[in-house]
Amino acid sequence: MEDKDYLLQTDDLFKWFPIKGGVLGRTVGRVRAVDGVSLGVERGETLGVVGESGCGKTTLSRTVLRLTEPSRGKIIFDGVDISRLKGGKLKPFRRRMQMVFQDPYASLDPRQSVRSALMEPLHIHHLGTSQADRRRTVEKLIETVGLNPDHLSRFPHEFSGGQRQRIAVARALTVNPEFLVLDEPTSSLDVSVQAQILNLLKQLQAEFALTYMFVSHNLAVVRQMCHRTAVMYLGRVVELAPTEQLFRNPKHPYTKALLASVPLPDPSKRTQLAVLEGDVPSPVNIPPGCRFKSRCGYSTDKCAAVFPPFVEIEDGHFVECLYDIDFTTGAKVEVPLPESR
Amino acid sequence: MSQPQDVLTVKNLRVNFHTYAGDVKALDGVEFTVRKGEVLGLVGESGSGKSVTALTIEGLLPQNAEVLSGEVMLDGADLLKLKGSQLMTERLTGIAMVFQDPTTYLNPVLTVGSQITEILASAPKLFTKELISSRLDDLKKMEADKSALSPELQKEKGQLEALPADAKLSKREFNRLAKYYALDILHQVRLPEPERIFKSYPFELSGGMKQRAMIAMALARRPKLLLADEITTALDVTVQAQILKLLQLLKEEIDTSVILITHDLAVVAEVCDRVAVMYAGNIVELADVEELFKNPLHPYTQGLLASIPRPDATKLELTSIKGSVPNLISPPTGCRFHPRCPKAFDRCSKEKPPLVEFSPGHFVECFLYGG
Repeated sequence: MEDKDYLLQTDDLFKWFPIKGGVLGRTVGRVRAVDGVSLGVERGETLGVVGESGCGKTTLSRTVLRLTEPSRGKIIFDGVDISRLKGGKLKPFRRRMQMVFQDPYASLDPRQSVRSALMEPLHIHHLGTSQADRRRTVEKLIETVGLNPDHLSRFPHEFSGGQRQRIAVARALTVNPEFLVLDEPTSSLDVSVQAQILNLLKQLQAEFALTYMFVSHNLAVVRQMCHRTAVMYLGRVVELAPTEQLFRNPKHPYTKALLASVPLPDPSKRTQLAVLEGDVPSPVNIPPGCRFKSRCGYSTDKCAAVFPPFVEIEDGHFVECLYDIDFTTGAKVEVPLPESR
Repeated sequence: MSQPQDVLTVKNLRVNFHTYAGDVKALDGVEFTVRKGEVLGLVGESGSGKSVTALTIEGLLPQNAEVLSGEVMLDGADLLKLKGSQLMTERLTGIAMVFQDPTTYLNPVLTVGSQITEILASAPKLFTKELISSRLDDLKKMEADKSALSPELQKEKGQLEALPADAKLSKREFNRLAKYYALDILHQVRLPEPERIFKSYPFELSGGMKQRAMIAMALARRPKLLLADEITTALDVTVQAQILKLLQLLKEEIDTSVILITHDLAVVAEVCDRVAVMYAGNIVELADVEELFKNPLHPYTQGLLASIPRPDATKLELTSIKGSVPNLISPPTGCRFHPRCPKAFDRCSKEKPPLVEFSPGHFVECFLYGG
């Protein structure tokens, strides 16, 4: 895993949120939002992160960017551990990694013109030689995302959802970053507009050699966009593989169930939707052993006793499961446990 | 277009909203029918008028809305003309609605059970017969399962059978039967442990369970028509699959007609019998679900289908529809889709195309197909 060219890597990353309670405001429990995630994002690739709500995908993306402090573990950006950096030491890294948020209605300041919103990051990072130079940068950028310079003097309420998301993308790009976290960038948009934004993102990636971490609950979108995909469940990555391989040959029972529960836009394929019973357990009281065992159709007594290892079963295909399951026959073979680390 | 097996017929519905910026022409001559026992999908992007259509049918339009013309016939009665107690009766027994976000629509300080029985108790006359026959069915089923009932149940059965058709129950008796009835409904929407759910408050349930409880509340009235407005949008895929599966099962068990409003074509493909595609206040295409997906006629439908990313295929570039949904204060003249339409010609900007039946059962509103 070490020989690849990773732009960003997390090593056993944890983010626990304390729950305060009682008169004294003591910590009575912890929400284990991100619970030991080791991932790498290769330079120039799009890594998809999928999972249901509450699985920790948004917390992971925020922690990676140091928007929330990690509880434990390392975040390595371009070879430097940034998980403990502060102030002026962190600032150059802030420029190199940016984020596009889910809801462009909330992420743009309604009282700030588009020009001002786009110029602000340039001021903060002292980029550009003069005000005129910054203006030129912004004008060029707004055309890159498919709007025109006339739009710069307008305010967010004058734009549609798709246009606002283009502005949000432009703002992330002003400081010329290398790494972008896209947190559900299209889930508040209509389908016809969603396709426009996805195409724009692909085009920008090619043009500026960007590396994306694409967080989404929409598996169809992930399949279109991502080179590799990580599936999260209750704060952990349970499966990580090249996207095509993950969709064609999922290995974790959760991934399998997740894929089977997506309806297809094709009435002739209206088969029995495979339904995953029950709900996600609370991230406060995580049961020992495998976290998926309560909903898994293949679980055994061993699943409750042994914490499953995250093993590479095929080239680049990692799964956190005790068994290698053949989903057509239901046969399962135990995966050999690696030496404890 | 209207046929005897139609439960609901909507004709030439035009609705405006008065706002400070001007009149929003939200619906512009919407026409469709819903047949008995079918699931009709109403799809479109935000602002296309799907929810306004539902609100008009249910009579829940806000104060600033005005119905300019049209009729909404539910089993022969025009809902737009009914008033007072007649409208109330029709709403109680005719239509039920399930909304997008169950957390907002359930009362947080009442138990699920009391929210179901409350509806029944609001009009005891309408529901007494249903409650008695439902309890009798239960008792008969118990008898068939166990071959003999306990003496108390036997006595209860005798009493219930002796009741005249227009019996008036005491409040206590009504409530007792209503509880059994509510438990049956909770069981029918596949909620585990109905007894416990009956006594639970909404905050004790997960999102999927809350949505099931909402469906139970709607079905308790045995409505002729169920309006389901984006019922799976707020849910995760795995929970969405559970609810869609439930809809498929209920479709076979009860003969309620359903209008399923959604922006997700995959959901439509999964559960609907027929689909109406809406764009900017018009129904631009209406057809059987297989026909619509196989042979979309309207350029908007074609664009919409081409722009959905599919989980079962990789494609390098998604086709998208250029532009965005128009502002309905000053909608485009003629066909409202013509500024975004790749196949538009002169006539499109001048006249509004009529809804024509291009092939049997397949209606389209576009000059390319006559009209």
